[in-house]
Amino acid sequence: MSQGLVTASYVGATILFILALGGLSNQETSRRGNLYGMIGMIIALVATISGVTGNIEILLVAMLIGGTIGLILAKRIQMTQMPELVASLHSLVGLAAVMVGFASFMDPDAHFTGVELTIHNVEIYLGVLIGAITFSGSIIAFGKLSGKITGNAMLLPARHWLNLGLLFASIWLCGSFVEQSAAGDGMMPLVIMTGIALLFGIHMVMAIGGADMPVVVSMLNSYSGWAAAATGFMLSNDLLIVTGALVGSSGAILSYIMCKAMNRKFISVIAGGFGTTTGGGSSSAEEGEQGEVVAIHAPEVAELLTGAKEVMIIPGYGMAVAQAQHIVCEITKSLRAKKVNVRFGIHPVAGRMPGHMNVLLAEAKVPYDIVYEMDEINDDFPNIDVTVVIGANDIVNPSALTDPNSPIAGMPVLECWNGNITIVLKRGMATGYAGVQNPLFFKENTRMLFGDARASLDEVFKNL
Amino acid sequence: MKIGIPKEVHAGEKRVATTPDVAKQLIKLGFEVAIEAGAGSAANYSDASYVEAGVTVITSTKEVWTESDIILKVRGPELNPDLNTEEVDLLKENQVLISFLWPAQNPELLKKLADKKVIAMAMDMIPRISRAQKMDALSSMANIAGYRAVVEAAQHFGRFFTGQITAAGKVPPAIVMVIGAGVAGLAAIGAAKSMGAIVRAFDTRPEVKEQIESMDAEFLELDFEEDASGAGGYAKVMSKEFIEAEMALFAEQAKEVDIIITTALIPGKPAPELILEDHVVAMKDGSVVVDLAAEQGGNCKLSEAGKVVKKHGVSIIGYTDLPSRMAAQASQLYGTNLRHLLTDMCKEKDGIIKVDFDDEVVRGATAVKEGQITFPPPAPKLSAAPPKPAEKPAEPVVVEEEEPSVMGPLITFGVGALALLGLGAVAPVSFMAHFTVFVLACFVGYMVIWNVKAALHTPLMSVTNAISSIIIIGAILQISSGDNIIMWVAAFAVLITSINIVGGFAVTRRMLEMFRK
Repeated sequence: MSQGLVTASYVGATILFILALGGLSNQETSRRGNLYGMIGMIIALVATISGVTGNIEILLVAMLIGGTIGLILAKRIQMTQMPELVASLHSLVGLAAVMVGFASFMDPDAHFTGVELTIHNVEIYLGVLIGAITFSGSIIAFGKLSGKITGNAMLLPARHWLNLGLLFASIWLCGSFVEQSAAGDGMMPLVIMTGIALLFGIHMVMAIGGADMPVVVSMLNSYSGWAAAATGFMLSNDLLIVTGALVGSSGAILSYIMCKAMNRKFISVIAGGFGTTTGGGSSSAEEGEQGEVVAIHAPEVAELLTGAKEVMIIPGYGMAVAQAQHIVCEITKSLRAKKVNVRFGIHPVAGRMPGHMNVLLAEAKVPYDIVYEMDEINDDFPNIDVTVVIGANDIVNPSALTDPNSPIAGMPVLECWNGNITIVLKRGMATGYAGVQNPLFFKENTRMLFGDARASLDEVFKNL
Repeated sequence: MKIGIPKEVHAGEKRVATTPDVAKQLIKLGFEVAIEAGAGSAANYSDASYVEAGVTVITSTKEVWTESDIILKVRGPELNPDLNTEEVDLLKENQVLISFLWPAQNPELLKKLADKKVIAMAMDMIPRISRAQKMDALSSMANIAGYRAVVEAAQHFGRFFTGQITAAGKVPPAIVMVIGAGVAGLAAIGAAKSMGAIVRAFDTRPEVKEQIESMDAEFLELDFEEDASGAGGYAKVMSKEFIEAEMALFAEQAKEVDIIITTALIPGKPAPELILEDHVVAMKDGSVVVDLAAEQGGNCKLSEAGKVVKKHGVSIIGYTDLPSRMAAQASQLYGTNLRHLLTDMCKEKDGIIKVDFDDEVVRGATAVKEGQITFPPPAPKLSAAPPKPAEKPAEPVVVEEEEPSVMGPLITFGVGALALLGLGAVAPVSFMAHFTVFVLACFVGYMVIWNVKAALHTPLMSVTNAISSIIIIGAILQISSGDNIIMWVAAFAVLITSINIVGGFAVTRRMLEMFRK
């Protein structure tokens, strides 16, 4: 295929990718969007493969094996494990960026001189750096999300200095790499830097606590995009640059939305340490006993639900852990059949990934038009008869609005306490990831239903 | 331990201290429950329903008293007309008696109980702290009394409560004034409101204004500064000037309203006289006054305890047994209050109660123990409604939003422009071309992504993940390299990015399939 045709195909693929992302603006067009994405990818692949001059068998075999693995993964994965899957897929992009970077560096056919050589080397360096951080960071994120590594923040002493040291080391290595590679060498600094970047990725994600995981996942998503863009510069390939930039900005915006939803600065999330006791503690949380919680039993919950006109369900990570989404859907159906208006209120950072709750509810076949975002329904709570909070804590904590010393002060929360009665499903009285006691539980119109979310809801359903 | 429930002997008392539902729960706690035959019949709970719940039904009154370790009653002990003995005399040492006792008004009864060496707990003395709300029988009963007061008023009021426009003409809505917005008052407001009346309410404690308005009633305000919140969330006696202002308000309201429901009580004092004869005279013919304080002397000068009287064309209802008039409901709530108290005293759930004086609630309720009169208890630590200052108008936490300054963006733009110029000065043309594409793509991404629905953020991440595997192109270009190492590295990169491409698109597809209306 001529270079012109290849470029034309790349332009087509670019447009299709943009349309794919645009299609996700609502549920009706989203499936078409995904299809555009696939077509774009096929066009780009065909155009590129047609230019391959050798080893085509190896290429095809590798693609076949990889594709099969991917397909099996996609079919088998549980919806509750989506965050883990996404994190592990990010790590693959990072790893690929590292490999392509190294291969490009070793490529004997490259002929660059002067400034161009310098720029090319800086591009390789950046590509490998970002790729390596993405790779090791995603692996750790995967471990944390799947519970293989503790979800708490691990804080090394003087961690900020350590990070700063690593940063300066990478900058200095970059200089020496460019210098040495001009003389035909430079493998050493590149390898050392890769090691540093891997360490940095591990350290960065290790220091971030459980509730900040949505930010981490979307941030890694962003990094995988920037890695692709850096590779694009390195190979002077516009398709890679554009796609990388699209993905990079997408991830960056998601991170921004997540941070906004927690009223936290991006930098402070990345600096880590949330979810530990370093925050100085909340004044009111430590003022001894807050009052008594009123427990309730499943049959009473069922009675309350049947007697209500407006019901709001607020799912949290606990619902995902207990795999309770299906029984939630059954209850919803049964209540809607009884003319009870059931709606769902989703906090942007509920779960471990942006949009996590929506996917789980969709999996359980909850119709998406009764699932609302926080901003859409927060004003409706005074009209709600019964609010059911399933395994959520910090996102319904009133002290975020009332206690300026609380670690989560200023975080927008679902104001369920304005409703008539709130039922909180919880395993025990443990605090959420932010480590803050929740005054909601002690409010007069709050009832606690203790126990595993799924078992409790099963019983509620039986009593409906 | 064995719980015994004798039949109430007070004339006209229809309530019973335990219903079959409550008995079931008590049995779960490990108690044995026995009831005197026919104890629940006045409240429409048959003996058979008790038996079904696992309760033993005993025909002999004496046996219930003598064979039980705990006696649950509604009214305090008095003369049993059938046996012609005082119920107190049926008690034995170390037995536990739980009922309404009104210890402040009945010092002699306390003495007799102390002589008998029983443990006597007064349900009316449960402290008003939030932990004890579930045992607060006074509130349960007041709630019923408030509701019933409206029903009684409706019975004697010859008109609709709700306003209607009918073919036969217009009916104005009834106007109800509720004095005293405690539990009974609020229940009355709710009941009257739901029947369609216009409700106004008055209370000397300003903090109840919010509660009244939350029930959609109008709060009648007095231009007078005096806070009436006494200990334990009850009202206290007001100054003379205040009362005069109050009287003037009532006189004015009496001309307009159709129904007055008074619920004003001050603990340990006779009820304040609020509705004078002049007020009643001023009311329209056919109006109704319900005096819930009739037993304590009455809020209305003309009311007579236990009776309905008609004076100056106004029906004045002075029933003192309103909860008993809704015996089934009252028994259910009272029984549940008792059960909560027993649950708290029986932490092990082994059917054995402990009278623990370190427990503020138990201490407050216990009037007699080990031959000693332990009434009055030390003052409760907490007021049910803490004085206002504790609740500062919750300082709204400021969501960090700085004043958008003009300088900020200017500096950013300046730095950005300089950086761009610097780059342009040294970088070769080919790089600048790629760079242009990069920056434009960032902006396109920015515009597109903001439109994505929050619900679709997970599919967005998986699809961008698949798309970012476009990095495979780099690997494909390298695979035909003559260098073996490069070839294998590239092949491996192709392998893992293929996982990503297929996996990412497939899982996105799977997710999007699930989103349906």
